[in-house]
Amino acid sequence: MHNLTIAELIKGLGNKDFSSEELTRHYLNRIQRLDGNYNSYISVTEDIALEQAQAADKRLAAGEAPALCGVPIAHKDIFCTNGVRTSCGSKMLDNFVPPYDATVVENFRNDGAVMLGKVNMDEFAMGSSNETSFYGAVKNPWDTNCVPGGSSGGSAAAVAARLAPAATATDTGGSIRQPASLCGLTGLKPTYGRVSRWGMIAFASSLDQGGPMTRTAEDAAIMLNSMASFDAKDSTCVDHELSDYTASLNDSIAGLKIGVPKEYFSEGLNPQTAERIQAAIAEYEKLGAQVQEISLPHTHLAVPAYYVIAPAECSANLSRFDGVRYGYRCEDPKDLADLYKRSRGEGFGEEVKRRIMVGAYALSAGYYDAYYRKAQQVRRLIKQDFVDAFQDVDVIMGPTATAPAFEFGAKSNDPVAMYLEDIYTIATNLAGLPGLSIPCGLVDNKPVGLQLIGNFFAEAKLLNAAHQFQLATDFHTLTAPGIE
Amino acid sequence: MDRSDIAKLAELARIEVSEATVDEVAKSITDVLALVDQLQAADTEGVAPMAHPLDATQRLRADQVSEDNRREQFQTQAPAAEQGLYLVPKVID
Repeated sequence: MHNLTIAELIKGLGNKDFSSEELTRHYLNRIQRLDGNYNSYISVTEDIALEQAQAADKRLAAGEAPALCGVPIAHKDIFCTNGVRTSCGSKMLDNFVPPYDATVVENFRNDGAVMLGKVNMDEFAMGSSNETSFYGAVKNPWDTNCVPGGSSGGSAAAVAARLAPAATATDTGGSIRQPASLCGLTGLKPTYGRVSRWGMIAFASSLDQGGPMTRTAEDAAIMLNSMASFDAKDSTCVDHELSDYTASLNDSIAGLKIGVPKEYFSEGLNPQTAERIQAAIAEYEKLGAQVQEISLPHTHLAVPAYYVIAPAECSANLSRFDGVRYGYRCEDPKDLADLYKRSRGEGFGEEVKRRIMVGAYALSAGYYDAYYRKAQQVRRLIKQDFVDAFQDVDVIMGPTATAPAFEFGAKSNDPVAMYLEDIYTIATNLAGLPGLSIPCGLVDNKPVGLQLIGNFFAEAKLLNAAHQFQLATDFHTLTAPGIE
Repeated sequence: MDRSDIAKLAELARIEVSEATVDEVAKSITDVLALVDQLQAADTEGVAPMAHPLDATQRLRADQVSEDNRREQFQTQAPAAEQGLYLVPKVID
């Protein structure tokens, strides 16, 4: 059962080939037996899962099943879950039990999905390797000496190891697409404002966006149908018409205009990765697409702009963790200042503290114009590059990451090297555009992802292009070695 | 970034930086600032700063009560609360 996609599970449940309870118990059993190898879950919610599965079976029997009725999924531990500890991968929130559900969690519950548990992540979603989690690093199922990518590394490892059919994830600078690339999965970051951020613990509010981590583009479309909604409780959510993202999956892509940015094939790209990407683009030409080289001239400024904007927003957002209202509090504070400083000093990990301090610096008196304002101006230049490119092309394609998964410790002592891991994904967040990563082959027996970037709200177009590729190729069906 | 800069930043951010790690923190923040200094070379003359990708502005809602008071439930999450109040060390002598 664990080799079935979401689309196949929906059919199997509908045909009564198996019950949701059988399916859910199968996954809970796998998690219990196998997750010790990967550390992909922070919390397994067995009782809730079984209760939801039994309720789903009743609805299936009564013939009133909503879209995902009885399908088990895992939630990234950044989405608040009513009555279930939501840690955000941090000691700061190790004891935090939210009194409400995130809108994304509520949407999946309303559509009948079963929650298996909460999956691991870099602390407060800050990292590209999942090594910053308070609950320990997640291991890549393709090679357990290597990172799964981050920050949604738990989401990726759980799906790649067949410990969940799909998972929710979030992407601030590449945190869905890069782990999807490193674990051989399909990962979609929707347009900024497409998916509600309400109850999704904030890192950088103008960049954060939730999306699905799945094995296929078809599954991503099914998941996005539940995830996407307009939500009055998120003031940055955009009231844009909702689509059935599965409706256009089978459209022909003959004549699709693909732009390949020359800046995405610069010297930092692993040559074998570049070959796989070029081969995937050649496959698109076989499917009738037209390929042209384009230029995104401000690409080199994306990482620098991001590392002003994201830390600045993070320093403001994480000021709420003060040791007073919820979360970690230090022992025996001698006064209020000591309570703040030690609660935060002890409750946050090194990367989170580094970003808060960089952000505080960028926003401090005398530096605001030189850093924050300048970065916001560069952000507009980066967005304009894409606006200009989409005058001529429908989809932009290139690598998701510079190379396949790297070993633990390879970059963890060099923050700038880690930041450059997201060089091809960050610009999409700055511009607010949707981006998708799909598997396109192996290098050194580890997966490589092709990135597709679309125009605003063109998720259906991206999923259509990805699905057509997956009908013609079998890279997305490759399974990590040793997975039973 | 020297040790006194880090002390000032730590104060601004309300984060204790231990004496043992201050040099390491100074070095890593210096590295990050060197990365972001590449922005200074960009020509941004006349470019408006961008805050929202779709240039959306804050939506307004009617000025009506929309949420119940759930103070007691929220305070179950507090490290220290008593009689509806959050407890902190004495601020005024």
